[in-house]
Amino acid sequence: MDTVVLLSCTGLGLGALYFLVASGLSLIFGLMDVLNFAHGALLSIGAYATWWAGTEAGFSFWLAVPFGTLVGTAAAVMLELFLIRPLYSRPRDQILATVGVGLAVPALLMGIWGADARPFPQPALLAGTWHVLGATVPVNRFVLLAAAALLLLTLRLFLARTRYGLIVRAGVEDRAMVTALGIDVRRAFTLVFAIGGAAAALGGALGGLYFGSVNPGQGTSLLIFAFVVVVMGGMGSVTGAAAASAGVGLVQQFANYYTGTGLGDLSVVVLLAVLLLVRPRGLTGRLA
Amino acid sequence: MHAALRWWPIAPLITLLVAPYSALPVPGLLDGPLGSPGSLQLIALCLLYGALATGYDLLLGRTGLLSFGHALYFATGLYGTDLGMLELRLPFAAAAAFGVACTALLALLLGSVSLRVTGIGFSMVTLAFAQAGAILVQRNPGGVTGGEEGRSAPAELLPSGLLGIENTANLYWIAVGYLVLTVAAVHWAVHSPAGRVWEGIKENERRVEVLGLRPYGYKLVAFVLSGALAGVGGVVYLLLTGGATPQAAGSDATLALLVMVVLGGTGTRWGPLLGGVLYTWAGHRLGDLANSNAVADLPAVLRVPLSQPLFLLGALFVAVVYLLPGGLAGLPARIRAARSARSVRTPTGVPAARPTGGTPA
Repeated sequence: MDTVVLLSCTGLGLGALYFLVASGLSLIFGLMDVLNFAHGALLSIGAYATWWAGTEAGFSFWLAVPFGTLVGTAAAVMLELFLIRPLYSRPRDQILATVGVGLAVPALLMGIWGADARPFPQPALLAGTWHVLGATVPVNRFVLLAAAALLLLTLRLFLARTRYGLIVRAGVEDRAMVTALGIDVRRAFTLVFAIGGAAAALGGALGGLYFGSVNPGQGTSLLIFAFVVVVMGGMGSVTGAAAASAGVGLVQQFANYYTGTGLGDLSVVVLLAVLLLVRPRGLTGRLA
Repeated sequence: MHAALRWWPIAPLITLLVAPYSALPVPGLLDGPLGSPGSLQLIALCLLYGALATGYDLLLGRTGLLSFGHALYFATGLYGTDLGMLELRLPFAAAAAFGVACTALLALLLGSVSLRVTGIGFSMVTLAFAQAGAILVQRNPGGVTGGEEGRSAPAELLPSGLLGIENTANLYWIAVGYLVLTVAAVHWAVHSPAGRVWEGIKENERRVEVLGLRPYGYKLVAFVLSGALAGVGGVVYLLLTGGATPQAAGSDATLALLVMVVLGGTGTRWGPLLGGVLYTWAGHRLGDLANSNAVADLPAVLRVPLSQPLFLLGALFVAVVYLLPGGLAGLPARIRAARSARSVRTPTGVPAARPTGGTPA
């Protein structure tokens, strides 16, 4: 029983991490039709900025995380303004440009801080464990879950209750129509990129807690599972991404524990294949 | 155009075929003379990647399918052949056939699943499959794939003419042969009736459906053909490098193919080949540059980016996407267009006269 609880908590924690990456990806894709291959790079930037602030600059952890998130957000906004915006008329080239950034940024990080994993600062408050239903669970799982839940709540409130949320929802539905109504949808693009970048950078900072270290390739490997989550959840749907994240994280952890390492990652892909065969449009049935 | 000019590719092909007999030094481009084993090995790798990019362009440039999982088929050909020799003790030719057959089968299976989603969804699903393959190779199930180190090909099962540094020329000719095979296969396929449908799918899939054709089957044929060509490339790579390593299966390998095709120009006959050759050559030379003393002495601001070939290639890729939308193959047409635009303007000194709206007819 306690193994099941531990695996569930770890799986949900991992799912929360996926959601932090996938929510931004899903929104960006839904609104702009851009598959952002640089999203993993944004996560890595957030992770390294937090790590740098927490160790080399000597900030406390509670200042380092907002700093890392801020740096990631700034990077995302710059990416949108300088790289994506000039290519609005060429959708495929937008994707290719993000592929280039996704290659270049981890390489640059590797050039500056080396290819080896760097140990991540763990504040005393989050380093311990909690006892849940007889299982001993590291606290950082719950931190990730709380962050993901907060993000989901905030995004839902933002999308449902604010003017810009309305524009984003309308833009996901039909971008041309929103433009035709005289609304400058490009500002919403930058905003969505900023939100996605902030979520990914926060994911990088908290992922450092989860994995205990940062390395340049972390973002890219998480990105692939985030893609799986986005496809499963139905592209452009935040709630679908949340459900799919939880599912993917749980399946991965349970399969890894009961069948041997490596099979968990494979079973996620098998799950994706089965889902596509049964429901080609993802969990929420949105048009891809 | 003069009829004989259509056969111009024969000339570079003959040059390629006789290159091993030449001792011409090519300073700057290659370290040793043209016919030396080191140079031949590098040129063979360049040609191999040029051919791989050409096969990948069958999906990207000819059918409009953005697959992010092409390295999987390359790696299947590579590992299939290697393991066919190591585990099943097949002779090389049979193992190569086994590897290519496995690749075609896998492409058929995974293609039929991933083509159920269109557009970007297809890209993500192919990426996920390729990642699963890369993880499988890395995790070394049952000690078969050799994990991080990979497995070297068994020398006793390879033909003796393909072993040793003195036989590099034979491997080089095999790479040239693979290149010719790929270019011919792609050329033939694109000009076949199916190729016309691919072009239609690339332009507007809905209209192809309206014409009463099912795009799914045509796309699957392109996927399997392109995958099988990559599998043959895997066999050639196994011969060239003498072993299978997990780097061949990684997502970076697919992205590298994408960079090659875009650099050269998608949907053109020679663009992907050119891009593949240039990318591979630049990758090797940049690696040398990164380890050279000239870079080590630079200040950190310049040294760090220059010591990372992937950073330079990523930045180069972004620059190509921005400044050269048609790739290198589109460059002559762009220059011609720019020049004719200028020559129209210069003789008169004023912009060409246009009918003004005010004149009554």
